[in-house]
Amino acid sequence: MTMTAIQAGHGAAEAAGIHHPGIVNLIYLVAAVCFIWTFKLLAHPRTAVRGNLLGMLGMALAIGITLMDRGITSYTLIAVGLILGAGAGLFMALTVPMTSMPQMVGVLNGFGGGASFLVAWAELLRVAGAAPGPGLQFMVATALSGIIGGVTFSGSAVAADKLQEWLLPSKPIWFPRQQLINAALAAVVAVLAWLLITHPTWTAIYFLLVVLSLVLGVLLVIPIGGADMPVVICLLNSYSGLAAAATGFVLNNNMLVIAGSLVGASGLILTKIMCKAMNRSMTNVVFGRFGGDTSGPSADDVYRTVKASSPEEVAMLFDNAQRVVIIPGYGMAVSQCQHAVRDLTNLLESKGVEVLFGIHPVAGRMPGHMNVLLAEANIAYDKMKEMDEVNSLLEQTDVAIVLGANDTVNPIARTDPKSPIAGMPIIDADKARTVVVIKRSLSPGFAGIPNPLFAADNCLMLFGDGKKALVDLIAAVKEG
Amino acid sequence: MDPITAFVAVLTVFVIAMFLGFEVITKVPPVLHTPLMSGSNAVSGITVVGALLVTGHPTAWYVTALGVIAIVFAMINVAGGFAVTQRMLQMFKRKG
Repeated sequence: MTMTAIQAGHGAAEAAGIHHPGIVNLIYLVAAVCFIWTFKLLAHPRTAVRGNLLGMLGMALAIGITLMDRGITSYTLIAVGLILGAGAGLFMALTVPMTSMPQMVGVLNGFGGGASFLVAWAELLRVAGAAPGPGLQFMVATALSGIIGGVTFSGSAVAADKLQEWLLPSKPIWFPRQQLINAALAAVVAVLAWLLITHPTWTAIYFLLVVLSLVLGVLLVIPIGGADMPVVICLLNSYSGLAAAATGFVLNNNMLVIAGSLVGASGLILTKIMCKAMNRSMTNVVFGRFGGDTSGPSADDVYRTVKASSPEEVAMLFDNAQRVVIIPGYGMAVSQCQHAVRDLTNLLESKGVEVLFGIHPVAGRMPGHMNVLLAEANIAYDKMKEMDEVNSLLEQTDVAIVLGANDTVNPIARTDPKSPIAGMPIIDADKARTVVVIKRSLSPGFAGIPNPLFAADNCLMLFGDGKKALVDLIAAVKEG
Repeated sequence: MDPITAFVAVLTVFVIAMFLGFEVITKVPPVLHTPLMSGSNAVSGITVVGALLVTGHPTAWYVTALGVIAIVFAMINVAGGFAVTQRMLQMFKRKG
């Protein structure tokens, strides 16, 4: 069991020195421990960098010892693959803007799934013809790698594309009998998997299995809308890990199984946190239709008492303020105004005002999206408060600034049990003494419902693009 | 070792690693959830190990071809994942 399937297959590992399978697996164990520490050190921003470096060390060890395998006869193609992949990966990592991080993670999820189904495919073709032929564990794991890897690859491509709004719009795409078609396709995939497992030499079935899984991945993600993307990205993150773990079962390699399950667990935890923050089940997010509910009060009725304000009027609010809480949403990423936010923060702090940030778990398009943007603008992480903590402070807050957020501050979630967002935990911006909402217009958020906060007595609307509104506001504060 | 014993041994590792993963990752604060995702992308690039062995061993050309593509995909994850995570974590390190 300690030998990898490949080593066993080729009889390459002669029991001597560093090539002894026991030594190889020992190094793999060290690498696996490095990966566990990578995640453990992510528990605090101070230690997280060290954790990431440890992860790199583990990966280098694993790749290094694998390259020393005696069965490897040619390094030319390996070198080509390593250089191409590392070059492309580094280029993407160093050029991607922080606002596009959800797309980046989406693309990486996809390549992870892709690598898994390709490795399993190559292994199947190599082993199927040779004696003694593949066992049951090998075949089941291969089928699972093909299905999970395929769904992850194409699903992530669609998710990244929707986030970038490149070929597909971010809004949901629905067509008639969608669920029925998906269910039928999933059934065909299951039958193919069974055929492959019972007939290992029919390797063409694997190709068909992957193609249909790719189609299934596309169909599963196209009906999911922009604001539900955090859930999908987390779920695909989890799948990419589970696909790697399945490949570990194919190769009988414990390190792959450990690394894959860590990633799988991580994605599942994040998915759960995102669903809880929307008060919706995972089934509802993935299969349900959300938003567009028009049974509630109309926007015209709700917005009768909206007060439009000016930068000068808002600037005066800060004169006697002791605490200001800024609540960012996806709009901050769209207008890329995190640097203007930092300037306003510094200005207010120089006047002795305490500035904090209230960050809803599903603000933005992926978990932690807002935190990364604020960190990019050099805002200290200890000012970024989680929803529960900031809610306990909002009643003693002079000004709450809602910046490009909507559904995550809609008080109707607390009051109207029939609303589509009923029961969703929100940031209680309305409890601050004064609320300033910076927003382009009164258009609804993802839930498609009006927000009574905008018409509340203590609310002022500052209409306009986030960046421009903040620059005007900073100028007004400086003059005042 | 017979196949069932071997399978249960790997399954044991899988189940324990899942539990370990839940314990460790629950402690990651929401501030770092984006670097957590990109970092886990890098770790899932570990499939590169399987791709390297498939590509290096003498076999049919189409198997080698699949292996090379798998190396490229997995290395995009490894290099891209670690590098972008490092970029983000440096920003969090600066202050606070």
